[in-house]
Amino acid sequence: MDHIFEKYILKKPENLIPLLQEIQKENGYLTDEIIERVSAHLNIPTNKIYGVATFYDQFRFKQKGKYHIQVCRGTSCYLCSSTSYLKEIEKLLKVKAGSLSRDKKFSFETVSCMGGCSQSPVIRINDKTYHHLSLAELHTLIRSLREKTE
Amino acid sequence: MLLTIEINGQQVSSKRGETILTVLNRIGVKVPTLCHLSNLSPTGACRMCVVEVEGLSHLVPACSHQVEEWMRIHTHSPRVLKARKTLVELLLANHPDDCLYCDRNGTCELQELSEELQVRERKYMSRNKPVQIDKACPSIQRDPAKCVLCMRCSRVCREIVGVSAIDAVGRGSHTRIGTSYNRGLNFNACVRCGQCIMVCPTGALTEKKSIQQVIEALSNPDLYPVVQFSPTVPAAIAEEFGLKSSKDILNLLRAALKKMGFRQSFDASMAADINIMEEAALFLDRLQKNTKLPLLTSCCPAWVRYIEVFRPEFATYLSPVKSPQQIMGTLIKQYITSSAGVKPGKVFVVSVTPCTAGKSEAESNGSETRLVDAVITIRELIRMIRLLGIDISNLDPEPADSAFSISSSSGRLFGISGGHLEGLIRSINFMSSGQELSPLKINDLRGLKPKKEAKVRINKQSVNVVAVSGLANAIGFIDEIANGRENIHIVEVMACLNGCINGGGQRTGTDEKCLKSRMKALYDIDEEEMVKVAHKNPVVNELFEKFLSGPNSQRNQEILHKTPLKTSAI
Repeated sequence: MDHIFEKYILKKPENLIPLLQEIQKENGYLTDEIIERVSAHLNIPTNKIYGVATFYDQFRFKQKGKYHIQVCRGTSCYLCSSTSYLKEIEKLLKVKAGSLSRDKKFSFETVSCMGGCSQSPVIRINDKTYHHLSLAELHTLIRSLREKTE
Repeated sequence: MLLTIEINGQQVSSKRGETILTVLNRIGVKVPTLCHLSNLSPTGACRMCVVEVEGLSHLVPACSHQVEEWMRIHTHSPRVLKARKTLVELLLANHPDDCLYCDRNGTCELQELSEELQVRERKYMSRNKPVQIDKACPSIQRDPAKCVLCMRCSRVCREIVGVSAIDAVGRGSHTRIGTSYNRGLNFNACVRCGQCIMVCPTGALTEKKSIQQVIEALSNPDLYPVVQFSPTVPAAIAEEFGLKSSKDILNLLRAALKKMGFRQSFDASMAADINIMEEAALFLDRLQKNTKLPLLTSCCPAWVRYIEVFRPEFATYLSPVKSPQQIMGTLIKQYITSSAGVKPGKVFVVSVTPCTAGKSEAESNGSETRLVDAVITIRELIRMIRLLGIDISNLDPEPADSAFSISSSSGRLFGISGGHLEGLIRSINFMSSGQELSPLKINDLRGLKPKKEAKVRINKQSVNVVAVSGLANAIGFIDEIANGRENIHIVEVMACLNGCINGGGQRTGTDEKCLKSRMKALYDIDEEEMVKVAHKNPVVNELFEKFLSGPNSQRNQEILHKTPLKTSAI
């Protein structure tokens, strides 16, 4: 992670969010140690950083699974019943939103808006976005991912 | 530049850049505020101070909106009153209905607002998620359920204290004032100064109470309860009970403490005198060897904790002398017990302070046995006086107990920022030159200012001293030193702005007027008192002869010094 810290050598508070974003991209999630290191690096109190990181949905404190499922909870998707996706995935993977399945294959979270409102409801698995999925299609998709062995 | 505005039909002139609230306060129009704190940055978070400005479609917050030439302002129009009332109703929607059982019942600002705006029913209900009370910290207790998110505590913690131990965590309706990783105050950067308690409008932040423990000790026949009190306690008690702050108040306080059941009462100012003597000798030693300068004072436990946690590299500069509270505890347990014929294990030492950090200090003093068994704040003492039915105004003043009865006014000056330094210099000068400082009063170190610098000549050598109060200011100053500022000899730090007179355990509702009167009370004592310097205190000299040894000697170091703790917090 050192190379990321080296990039933000100036101790400017406005570097906080980009720095956290890059670290999360590299590490997958944020940890206490990372926050403490960022705090020392940018001279911002840990509590402030924790406040910022909990304010934005994009930062997470839990490990990501191999397949990271994001369900949109924006207004448009909500109206197009994205809640049924939520319930379905919870049932299928036996995990609550914001956590990791026991086999560490799937993690699952809700996000505010992905900007695909015209395609609602939208879900994203890793970098691929899916829209207008029926519950049956969602079922098959997840099952195929589960059975995939690499 | 002056400009004219109209407030409620009255022409008022004001300066450009002023906020509406400043103008309103000046002309005596009162609008309710909740999140506003003078001296701190405005947030406009609570909108309680909204006013109507003709021509604007929306109401504007007076605390953060600046005046403009054309403004015609209505502060109490029906629209404004309705908006304010709705705001309070919405705040009450997720506030528990347990005023009768609340610590701040009667002093709560939300309660006052609700009364002022005549809220008579619970109009909105919200689903309150149960929240955990954070009570692991020995000094401060947090109940997030009662928080109205005015952000006063987080602003004080950031701007005045400079540690940001508590801040907003989460988003939207899930926002709470919280600590890093939600681990609670006990495991984070909090220095326990209690300034957040002083600004909290509701009962969300309170001190961790020790009243019950003290009452049990008072009624336990096996124990020998004694009490020590800080120099600022008498003035605060006088304020609370409407008494005149005079010399008598000290003896009235002693009488009240005796009525409560304490067998002996001690003025901690005497321990402050001992602190001065030790520190003076220590400083002269360092000055002669020219090492470990500047000397950083260690009488403020919140400051000591800051150094221990955040700046361990400065720990060697920190004076190793215990704080007056701990010195007094040591002396009571080791010296008084033998002279009064009580076993040390039976003595129960209670300390009354304006300091919440003192509670933590007493708990973790680095030794196995506690030197001070319970620490109560001034607020807790006031409660106990009422609880035990003591009518302080009708008591006969009680003269001081025989042992440790005299304290110099230098020791009393510990209560205000700069006072410790003033007393210290008086004794340093005497120890090094054999003559009294003339004049004794050091004007540069007096008054309500966050940073006071003075240059004094001690034995033909010029010594630069600085008194800083408000931890954020102190952090800024030691950064200056770390960045190469030289030729500073002593730095006195008080974590609370202006020192203990504004401590985190002071009376609820402390304002600038209170600070001025408390300051005056301490300075008046310095004018009137016969013994003005620590080294002329006969009790201290007797102690040094009989029980202790010469200042900064091996024996004294064992009894009066401590080593900084090695702690880490996040």
